[in-house]
Amino acid sequence: MAATEASLGRRIRDSELWWSLRRHRAAQVAIVMLVVIIVSAFAAPLIAPQDPYDLASLDLDNSELPPVWSADGRWPYVLGTDVQGRDVLSAILYGSRVSLAIGLASVLLSMAVGLSLGLVAGYFGGVIDNVLMRIADILLSIPTILIAILVTAVFRELLPVGLRETLSAVILVCAIALTAWVQYARTVRASTMVERGKEYVLAARLIRVPASRIMLTHILPNTLTPVMVAATLNFGLAILIEATLSFLGVGMPPTEPSLGTLIRIGNQYLFSGLWWIVVFPAAQLGLIVLAVNVIGDWLRDALNPKLR
Amino acid sequence: MLAFLVKRTANAALVMLTVAFMAFMIFRFVGDPVEMMLNEQATQAERAELRERLGLNDGFAMQFVRFVTNALQGDFGISYRNQQDVMKLIGERFPATFELVIVATILSLVVGIPLGVITAIHRDSWLSDTLQMTSIVGVSLPSFVVGIVLILIFSITLGVLPAFGRGDVVQLGWWSTGVLTPSGRAALVLPAISLSLFQITLVMRLVRAEMLEVLRTDFIKFARARGLPARLVNFRHALRNCLMPVITMTGMQIGNLIAFALITETVFQWPGMGMLFIQAVTFVDIPVMAAYLVLVSFIFVAINTVVDITYAVVDPRLREDAAR
Repeated sequence: MAATEASLGRRIRDSELWWSLRRHRAAQVAIVMLVVIIVSAFAAPLIAPQDPYDLASLDLDNSELPPVWSADGRWPYVLGTDVQGRDVLSAILYGSRVSLAIGLASVLLSMAVGLSLGLVAGYFGGVIDNVLMRIADILLSIPTILIAILVTAVFRELLPVGLRETLSAVILVCAIALTAWVQYARTVRASTMVERGKEYVLAARLIRVPASRIMLTHILPNTLTPVMVAATLNFGLAILIEATLSFLGVGMPPTEPSLGTLIRIGNQYLFSGLWWIVVFPAAQLGLIVLAVNVIGDWLRDALNPKLR
Repeated sequence: MLAFLVKRTANAALVMLTVAFMAFMIFRFVGDPVEMMLNEQATQAERAELRERLGLNDGFAMQFVRFVTNALQGDFGISYRNQQDVMKLIGERFPATFELVIVATILSLVVGIPLGVITAIHRDSWLSDTLQMTSIVGVSLPSFVVGIVLILIFSITLGVLPAFGRGDVVQLGWWSTGVLTPSGRAALVLPAISLSLFQITLVMRLVRAEMLEVLRTDFIKFARARGLPARLVNFRHALRNCLMPVITMTGMQIGNLIAFALITETVFQWPGMGMLFIQAVTFVDIPVMAAYLVLVSFIFVAINTVVDITYAVVDPRLREDAAR
């Protein structure tokens, strides 16, 4: 295996993707930024100055402190504290973890649903294909944000009161995935219909490879390039939708805040002059989505054979 | 042509029927309408009477048919929260949202088109690169963050523009307008900017892409060869040929903007339909939620259908494709 590992490094270095990344400064910066944000978010319990969920660690004497560089700032509250004495930096790190996890989970879920439905529809065609594309058309004819809000609201109402807060994240993931799978299904369906007629698929069918295996090991790998681009851009979109829902008050509860919830809470103190409670979580959210979009834009150009 | 018209309209009707079905399912099965409308002391007889009056004892299909018939006549029932007619509530709020969306649309065209032209003409210059980069930032910033930052700068720090509300409004019949008073116009500025920012970047990117195509064509080269001034070539000859897709996209985006306005309206406490909807979601006021869903989807679907049909009238190739 050692040989393959060595050649893996080589393959990466020789690949066109690596070559195009070396010439794309913005994408380099974005990747570094995103890696730093992801690592710091998931390492939050280790590196955050304070556990923002632990009420014992909050001290009202330290409440409403401005960031450390202003006159009244105090260490270790680098970005200041909120009205309960919670460290804003720690809240952001923990909040980013929630936002990133929900974004990732909803991309994975919508991809799993979209890929399988798209493959089946494209491979078999006929009634399945017709029904699926009709559903896709209908979902695309209602604004995304509206579907997401309604689905979360309805799910929540149908759940028993005690479970509503605990399952918030699950509800959000389902709601976002429901709006996002259509894109994967359409992309994969289109490429599957092209691949289906090619000789390697005909050959596989001739020696009676089962349909499920043809779809998964023969066709799927050949449809993945556009899916990768869509997944990157959708990751940004999913984080954005989650933040919006939380900001509107139908997303994550204040007991387990995402960046959107933090902004919603901070927004109430905007007019009291406590700008740091809202500005820093908002900046972090903007940075995450910006980095993801820059990477997605670069991938789209780098993987587009027409632009080579 | 007739075949296309019928097919496209049937398609739109099917979508609307599905949306109506979703709205009906929400109304019927999320919470019990009888429990929501009566207070807790209501007797068994009162409950049974209301159940009968709402027709909840009829068959499922019958209830759905009645829901659609009522919706077609603009009757979405009574709000659970303040016992008012839902259509009347939405009608009162509609002008606020409509004015916001129209101003934002105009703003996106006025700003987005020149920016798109500039980035296309001077491609690969520092100005174009900066604008392209800014447009990615514009797409990435959530609209509520933009709103909050605008409030922080222009209302709190500089104190020049109001941060919430609609200012003074003038009643013109049932329509309430804010554009006739100075305070109404001032109140429109920040919400309109924050709603249009995303749209500006869309228009800019589209105009840029179209311009780059058109600038390569022979008639532009010929116009240049004739010695026409650059400004005339760029704006009179080239830009004109880019405007059709821009107008189409702007039209199709209006439905989206109405939906997106609910975020802007929440940030700026703008008394429009979107804020009504968000309050309805918070208080589980199902009739208002259902009506909003049907109404916004209807606007969305209606615009898309009209655009598609217009295109088919203009371009015969599309007709044959769809009729097949």
